[in-house]
Amino acid sequence: MTSWLKPHRIVLLLIAAGLIALAATSMRWYWLPNYYGLLLAGIWKTLLILVVTSFLGFLFAVPLGLVQVTGPKPLAMMSQGFCTIIRGTPLLLQLWLLYYGLGSLFPQIPQIRDSFLWPYLREAWPYAVLSLTLSFAGYEGEVMRGAFAGVPYGELEAARAYGMKPFTVLRRIWLPRAVQRALPTLNGEVVLQLKSTPLVATITVIDVYAVISKIRQDTYVIYEPLLLLSLIYLCLTGILVVIFRYFENRIPTLNA
Amino acid sequence: MGAPIAMGSLELLAFSPPGWGGVLLRGLATSLAIAFGGYSVGLLIGIGGAFGKLYGGPVLRDLLACYTTIVRAIPELVLIVLLYYAGSDIVNQVLALFGSPPIDINGLVAGTVVIGFVQGAYSTEVLRGAIKAIAPGQIEAARSYGMGPGLLLRRIILPIMLPHAIPGLSNLWLIATKDTALLAVIGFMELTLATRQAGGATKAYFLFFCSAGILYLMVTLLSNVCIRRIERHAYRGMPDVG
Repeated sequence: MTSWLKPHRIVLLLIAAGLIALAATSMRWYWLPNYYGLLLAGIWKTLLILVVTSFLGFLFAVPLGLVQVTGPKPLAMMSQGFCTIIRGTPLLLQLWLLYYGLGSLFPQIPQIRDSFLWPYLREAWPYAVLSLTLSFAGYEGEVMRGAFAGVPYGELEAARAYGMKPFTVLRRIWLPRAVQRALPTLNGEVVLQLKSTPLVATITVIDVYAVISKIRQDTYVIYEPLLLLSLIYLCLTGILVVIFRYFENRIPTLNA
Repeated sequence: MGAPIAMGSLELLAFSPPGWGGVLLRGLATSLAIAFGGYSVGLLIGIGGAFGKLYGGPVLRDLLACYTTIVRAIPELVLIVLLYYAGSDIVNQVLALFGSPPIDINGLVAGTVVIGFVQGAYSTEVLRGAIKAIAPGQIEAARSYGMGPGLLLRRIILPIMLPHAIPGLSNLWLIATKDTALLAVIGFMELTLATRQAGGATKAYFLFFCSAGILYLMVTLLSNVCIRRIERHAYRGMPDVG
């Protein structure tokens, strides 16, 4: 700690503290108590979207990566094509394609209009979740392909020599080892996913970004809500990094 | 089925006004111009930032660390909105200090600067890693020949670090082309917003979003071809690792 706290850093910290104090006293923050509850709800929604789409996306990424390593040729090519398309087009475009495109297709199909799904399909969040899930799966599928391919072949051979069935090999050996290898990249991908979540505000899902936009429209205060939003995302990213570091440290490595 | 109605007829993609093809292509050109400009600005910031982080004084290093950490932790969309409004506001306030009337900032310039500022943080990290991968003996040898910092940068560091930096930099270029889509949110007329307007006017959302997706995909795939060619050029004479 003492080696980190050099004289120039103390000066920098004092300047930063001064800037923050200046921002807190001279800028307009009167709106903060009025929107406190909405903000918390927005943060909760952002985190919910992040966790749900990352989890579902990861579940989808495992088969995507696996078929590219061992699957039959057509499946492998389809999976590779999916990853290329997802990674080659902007997420905003994918989101709007699903929301406006599918959203304009569905009402024309009577079978869907009459089905029990219709009340959900008229809302925005299923499209947001679907699009973010597919995006995460596309990026993470590529990572999982590398992770699956990187597990030493001898370990799989040993598992088979113990008489494990292919699925048991996957469940007990291959997948855990691949996840272990993918964990550092997974951290980066989840942070990227967090940074993609504000896009859902463009299709009327009320996440923390949408709440801030509403505050700006209601109060005509331009910068302060945006600064607060930046601070919120900084904190969320920091928390994610700390959580992943905890999990990474729990994995024993040879040169620890 | 409703599919043919929603897909619209391909005539909607014609280049002249009843069709929207021309609008989409103009949007693509704007997107590419901003991506290229932003990428170049980012690269300049990155070179400066990498050198500052490696060879600068302690204060400069800490400030640059703050810049790269903060920019990389906040969503691009938030940064773009914040910088777009703050940037034009600051320019107008500076102009007011000199007694000039406020100007409307050109969206193209603002978009380029904003994308460049965001890209700069990422390229700083990429280039710093690439420079650190240079064997220190090479730089020492150049210094002992009496080269100044400028000559050292031009003749030794940039050429040697290039092969190490290419994977990261090509990734950044692909991110820059996709980040331009975010400018649609602040109402800037690039490919994605042009697509949404075309879809809104004709109700053929599916057709237009798919066409725009194909355009973006083509940019990515063509870039990949170019990147592979540049890689082959940069890796010439190196032992084959692939």
